[in-house]
Amino acid sequence: MFRSAPKPSHSTSSTVFGPGSGVAARALDVRKVYGEGDATVAALDGVSIDFAAGVFTAVMGPSGSGKSTLMHCMAALDTVSAGHVFIGDLELAGLGDKQLTKLRRDKIGFIFQAYNLVPTLTAQENIELPLSIAGRKPDRQWFDTVIDTVGLRDRLGHRPNQLSGGQQQRVACARALVTRPDVVFADEPTGNLDSAAGAEVLAFLRRSVDDHRQTVIMVTHDPVAASYTDRVVFLADGKVVDELRNPTAADVLEEMKVLSARSIAGTATGS
Amino acid sequence: MFKVTWHNLIARKVRLALSAFAIVLGVAFVAGSFIFTDALGGAFDGIVKGTTADVEVLPEGAGQADSFGTDARTIPAPLVEELRQLSEAEKVVGTDQVQGVFVISKEGELIGGNGPPGLAFNYNEMTAITGDPILTVADGELPSTRDQVALDVDTATKAGYDIGDEVTLVTPGDPPTMKAELTGLVRFGSEGGLVGATLTIFDDQVIKDLFFEGKDVYTNISLTAAEGVSQVQLRDAVKEVLPQGLEALTGDDFAADQQEIIGTILGFINTFLLVFAAVALIVGTFLIINTFSILVAQRSRELALLRAMGASKKQVNRAVLTEALVVSLVGSTVGLGMGYLLAIGLRALFGFIGLDLGAADMPVELRTVLLSYAVGVIVTLVAAYLPARRASRIAPVQAMRDDVALPETSLRRRFLVGAVMVAVGVALMVTGFAGSGGRGLLLIGLGMLSILIGVALMAPMLGRPIVQALGVVYRRLFGTVGNLATENTLRNPRRTAATSSALMIGLTLVALMSILGQSAKVSTDKAIEESLTAELIVSNATGQFFSTAYADSIRELDGVDSVTAFRQAGAKLANSQVFLQAVEPESLGSALQLPVDGGSLEAFDDQSVFVSSTRAKSSDLAVGDSVKLTFPAGPTEFDVAGIFPVGGAVAGDFLLTLEGLERSGIKPEDSLLFITKKPGADEAVVRSQIEEVLADNPTVTLKNQQEFADEQKDLINRVLYIIYALLGLAVIIAILGITNTLALSVIERTREVGLLRAIGVSRWQLRRMVGLESIAISVLGALLGVVMGIAFGIAMQRAIADQGIDVLSIPWLQLGIFVVLAALAGVLAALLPARRAAKLNVLEAITTE
Ligand SMILES: Nc1ncnc2c1ncn2[C@@H]1O[C@H](COP(=O)(O)OP(=O)(O)OP(=O)(O)O)[C@@H](O)[C@H]1O
Ligand SMILES: [Mg+2]
Repeated sequence: MFRSAPKPSHSTSSTVFGPGSGVAARALDVRKVYGEGDATVAALDGVSIDFAAGVFTAVMGPSGSGKSTLMHCMAALDTVSAGHVFIGDLELAGLGDKQLTKLRRDKIGFIFQAYNLVPTLTAQENIELPLSIAGRKPDRQWFDTVIDTVGLRDRLGHRPNQLSGGQQQRVACARALVTRPDVVFADEPTGNLDSAAGAEVLAFLRRSVDDHRQTVIMVTHDPVAASYTDRVVFLADGKVVDELRNPTAADVLEEMKVLSARSIAGTATGS
Repeated sequence: MFKVTWHNLIARKVRLALSAFAIVLGVAFVAGSFIFTDALGGAFDGIVKGTTADVEVLPEGAGQADSFGTDARTIPAPLVEELRQLSEAEKVVGTDQVQGVFVISKEGELIGGNGPPGLAFNYNEMTAITGDPILTVADGELPSTRDQVALDVDTATKAGYDIGDEVTLVTPGDPPTMKAELTGLVRFGSEGGLVGATLTIFDDQVIKDLFFEGKDVYTNISLTAAEGVSQVQLRDAVKEVLPQGLEALTGDDFAADQQEIIGTILGFINTFLLVFAAVALIVGTFLIINTFSILVAQRSRELALLRAMGASKKQVNRAVLTEALVVSLVGSTVGLGMGYLLAIGLRALFGFIGLDLGAADMPVELRTVLLSYAVGVIVTLVAAYLPARRASRIAPVQAMRDDVALPETSLRRRFLVGAVMVAVGVALMVTGFAGSGGRGLLLIGLGMLSILIGVALMAPMLGRPIVQALGVVYRRLFGTVGNLATENTLRNPRRTAATSSALMIGLTLVALMSILGQSAKVSTDKAIEESLTAELIVSNATGQFFSTAYADSIRELDGVDSVTAFRQAGAKLANSQVFLQAVEPESLGSALQLPVDGGSLEAFDDQSVFVSSTRAKSSDLAVGDSVKLTFPAGPTEFDVAGIFPVGGAVAGDFLLTLEGLERSGIKPEDSLLFITKKPGADEAVVRSQIEEVLADNPTVTLKNQQEFADEQKDLINRVLYIIYALLGLAVIIAILGITNTLALSVIERTREVGLLRAIGVSRWQLRRMVGLESIAISVLGALLGVVMGIAFGIAMQRAIADQGIDVLSIPWLQLGIFVVLAALAGVLAALLPARRAAKLNVLEAITTE
């Protein structure tokens, strides 16, 4: 129902909105350099991008283009070499470990490709974990909503090793959403799943955006996965190179072809 | 394959350092025990050799005497002149040696005294078999008048005396204390120091006047052989002219005899220490097994990969064992070094109870080195073999899977094996209690060990409900963090059990000792309360004998009704050492009630003895039998006049009369005085009168029944503290084992830790989680240990009830404190692993393989 949420911008580096005007997360001229001396790699090379609240965004690009790095920097799991990252109004630079921990706990949800769950805890305990470590009681109604959206009610008492990979990822999604974070980051959440299981996870993320106005940013290599989103951002060599709105799988595939051709051409001309 | 092993060793520095740690500690204990006893032996050797001349002339049999109870026999001094006529002798000197002369420091404290002897002799120019003079004057001059003495340098330093100061001495003669001017300092010839003994040097005539009633006698005569004369030749020449009742021994024989006596004592200390080394090693073995199990479990995937690439079972096995070998060699080497440090620590510990080794060498014998390596390597290889065998059973196909589980023997089978071991252990203990002597003790020890290992095997199942119960508390108090900690503790029951079992063993022994100690104390109280009728007691806190002059003076006091003196001595009955007490039969009744099992006190005179019920049983003695006790001066026959039960106020195997003891050639020195006051006399007045008599001597003090009981209990406490200190090392190893396991677990769970941090678990919460886990492990070990300790304590107390510890008393509060201390130790054990977990970089932790 929120599918037609306001689209922030059409430019590739959308900085027209200031923080607080519907932007859930923002990167401003972010650079991330690994290594020293000759061996330096600029994993992010001046990325500026806004992620509007209530929008499902896909981040795509060839392997090594900096997608994971961008996720990590945005999600306060890593520091940037230069530039600024905002979650809502809050700039991450200069925050201490305590504030970062609180931020991750309250404002950010994260879904990894695998190993998302604590093996000693049941599905329910895993889902409630971010709340219970904060000493908060889950909002019953929201918890029920999340559980129903994930469709795992009969599996709540199971431990992760008793769940399938797809079920585990759905539990991870529920866990990421249970705190109603400002933004959920997901790094290839369907990378380890077959298409059916992947579809369940994607449908769930889609619904959380549609029904509950969550903000989700997802890295993926799969055009079909990307087609679930409202917006696709393309990265190459640590830079934002293009983006699509309301993409279909075919659009994405087409764009990927164009980009890869451009990249090959670029390589050929030695630029 | 070797390359893979080598690579592993380098790549896993931290984990290997942790596993080597367990080896280091175990080996250190073994090496430390041996180095320390060798040092002790060396120091005593030095004293013996440094005080023995080429030939020693003594009263017959005196050379084999132990130092317990002073031989009253002497040698007429003119013999020295006679021996000087021998052409084989270059030098002949007479020595008057007196035991029990102690120096009181400037602050009024007794120097030494708690075990090591306080020796006094006349200065002479004897040369020892080492070729050194027995004494050299280090500073000042030798004493020449009645109120002058010289002291050895160490004693003077400890007591804070300088030349010219007035020194206070406690003597076994009359008067019992004296003051003298310090005229000089002497240095003992041997390098090992005096092992805590103190030396007081008197003028030749003065020592005769003070301690030998002015008679011109010596306690022994030392001869130095002339050029080219051997010890044997000199001895034979001396024998020619020696009167009846004296014997001549070559220096080597004399020293060997002395060393044999010392050797038995040292052997006892060594065995004592090695028992603790064994405990430490068993605890260490648990840790090594555990560490290697964890290491192999963590690497099971990699090992499976090797198998998938075509490595044979044998090769995988060998890879793990080679790794263990390298680790054990490194661990043993470091352990040996640590053992050296530990020996220095033991020196300090024993110095505490007066066994002062000074700057004695800490010799690292080849035997110590070989044994350390043997123990370290063998234990490690055995410990690594079990997980290695399991690792080699990993099917190659498992390499493809994410979570490789090692094939584990089921917990139920372990439980059954454990139950069988407990049953065997109980059987061994029962047999041991029925038997006697060293064999009985060995069986009891083995039985305990078997039960402990059995319980350790059962621990994964036994521990579960305990951890779950703890989990309920954790969840209530700490919410989710508590829940995580509980689940972590439960997730690997074998690991948790093995880690806490190490602590269990240490705490079992600590609890056992505390129960036995407490029972001994309560039994002492009961014995004193039930049998002691004397109101006041004079005793020496250090256990040294004191002059009979005190009893004589106290008897003269107005308010005193009776004084009953007790004396002590050692003797031999057949081949066993027995402990004797002596008392005046007339006044015995006023001091205490001696219940008599058989015979009667009427018939108690200098020809008769009373025998304790246990000794009567073990040596098969009955009233009317005759018994031959061998003293330094020779054997003396006694009739058994009666039997007294053990556990009353009279300890020891035999009770003699004072005359009976003197008849046997033992110098009269008292060990205890029991005093009753006249009816109507004011206790406070009597006390102050007696205290005045004892005023100069800080070690001989007056007590009432309560204070006397406290003094006895203090003795028990002191023994307990030494045992606790030694067991403490095993407990420390166990606690470091918890650190070890937690650190390995944290490494193993790096990704999980990263995940927790990523979803908002704070560093502090993470630390708390690891801390709670650690507390759960240590409390589990402590609880199991205390329960086992109580069981063993009850069994042991029942078994030795007829040896004086007839009341069972369990110090519940103390046991509770042990558990709380264990929990605190758990907090300490968690510090480093928790820090490591908290400091992990979140991103690196998540992306770790
Ligand atoms: N810790 C690191 N140290 C050095 N270089 C790194 C590190 N992490 C990432 N890089 C480099 O940064 C670049 C971007 O990596 P990143 O993981 O962001 O790529 P990605 O787009 O997520 O790729 P993929 O699709 O394969 O996951 C790569 O060239 C990578 O080699
Ligand atoms: Mg990536």
